[in-house]
Amino acid sequence: MAVKKLRRGVALVGAGMTPFGTFPGLNTRDLFVQAFQEMRASVDKGFDPKDIEALVIGNYSSTMFEGQNFMAPYVADAVGLTPIPASRVECACASSGLALRQAIMTIGSGLADVVLVGGLEKESDLPIARVTDVLATASDSIYENPAGFTFPGLYALLATAYMDRYGATPETFMKIAIKNHENGVLNPKAQFGARIADIMVSKQKAAAKRGKPVPQWDSELDFLKDDQANPAIAWPMRLFDCSPVSDGAVSLLLVAEEIASSFTDKPLHIIGYGQGSDVPTYERESLTTIKAARVAAEQAYATAGVTPKDIKVCEVHDCFTIAELIAIEDLGFFKPGEGYKAIEEGLTSRLGPRPINSSGGLKSKGHPVGATGAGQVVEVFKQMRGEAGPRQVPGDLNLGLTHNLGGSGMAAIVHIFERRQ
Amino acid sequence: MSELPFNSTSYYHLLSEHKLMGCRNKTSGKFYLPPRPMCTTSYSSDMEWEPVSGKGEIIAFTVITVAPTHMIEAGYSRENPYCAAIVRLQEGPAISAQILGVDLSMPEEAIKIGTPVQATFIERGEGPAKRIYLAFEVVQ
Repeated sequence: MAVKKLRRGVALVGAGMTPFGTFPGLNTRDLFVQAFQEMRASVDKGFDPKDIEALVIGNYSSTMFEGQNFMAPYVADAVGLTPIPASRVECACASSGLALRQAIMTIGSGLADVVLVGGLEKESDLPIARVTDVLATASDSIYENPAGFTFPGLYALLATAYMDRYGATPETFMKIAIKNHENGVLNPKAQFGARIADIMVSKQKAAAKRGKPVPQWDSELDFLKDDQANPAIAWPMRLFDCSPVSDGAVSLLLVAEEIASSFTDKPLHIIGYGQGSDVPTYERESLTTIKAARVAAEQAYATAGVTPKDIKVCEVHDCFTIAELIAIEDLGFFKPGEGYKAIEEGLTSRLGPRPINSSGGLKSKGHPVGATGAGQVVEVFKQMRGEAGPRQVPGDLNLGLTHNLGGSGMAAIVHIFERRQ
Repeated sequence: MSELPFNSTSYYHLLSEHKLMGCRNKTSGKFYLPPRPMCTTSYSSDMEWEPVSGKGEIIAFTVITVAPTHMIEAGYSRENPYCAAIVRLQEGPAISAQILGVDLSMPEEAIKIGTPVQATFIERGEGPAKRIYLAFEVVQ
């Protein structure tokens, strides 16, 4: 089948985000205003917000987290954009990946030239058990949840299937966590911007301060294997295999390619785009791959006319460490069953040949569900424009990719960005 | 039983009678468990109920220590975790369920993918809140 493409090109010309973390006293609208202001400052030649013709936000569940449904017009009001069209899309953890896609289509169709994308979530107002229950409404309430599954549990299924089929061990997953914390320490927006080694020291200090026996570990891996320090959540997924509960907001500015030069001399052209869906875990033919992501990646590479080896910088959806391992195979960076060896060899580190999640990923940066997909785009924007500061990936980063999953992998959205100057 | 619609309500109703049932589409011959009101191959709704043996094997699993609210209410906790898995039935379809009778202290050694299991039923809650859940026991 012929590749179906947009009727005209779309470019990313501005990107901003709040730090990810927990922010008592700030609601979704407050967070979005912060992200909007940072986005405005990122547009090199400036622009008048009155030129924005549509707003698309991705938000998973302000309904349950904040008791506020129908968020789009409230967000539009918060940044003074009414009466333009304001829409909210929901695709679980891929909500703002989908918002980006909808904004691209709005411009690609010719309905607008300038569109604002938002990603937002405010989770931390609820107690943790309620947050877990809200997140669980994205897994199958009819057949998965009654069996006792949680999100860590669903991804743990993929982990045991992968370990059995290919021979990876829980140590592989721990190495992903160590790598992402190494990256996150260089990201001022990260919720847990600390090395595992730093966390070990702070735990030792806390124990000493309380007059308790000071725990000793030989290495970061030794710490991560300690059932006390790193307890199981859903074996083999332990605490440090899981992304945190987070608040955060992201703002992206998209424009029609032909007007991009009036916003910046360094636009990122969105040349690849793909979206896929899949069945719940129990219906899948294979549990060692996420089919929706493979489908989305195939579309994205086909629309962009590039191959996996052309991609220079990449953010993947590591909601759990196993998800990063499966992502690097689904995206074609490594063959099925070989991704874990690449991780063991350090190939995916920030300075390695295939850098993955230079931002720290969801693991270290944070995972405010509806803001996550757009947050990945902020990192690619900074990296490809050489603005990532101490965590800058070296080289000429002319092509970047984002991989955003929804739920247990029942949805996936992939985008490919190109810098031409 | 012939009047029962082919959906999740009927599936759980049959489970409450300790019956594990799927449905077969008469047009395509495709077998569905859980049941569906429409075959996604033939788009026909011409279904008939069909029991399964309850025999299957574990194809993926986890041991959950941080339980959701309804499992905490059922008595599970970090101190009392449980195994949840996907079981592929001999008849072809796979289903999510709790696994009983496995040693949870050393999951890496104690639980293996490919382990044969047999369906069983768990009763939880009392009075109107009583509900029957599907589970599997390891075949000794």
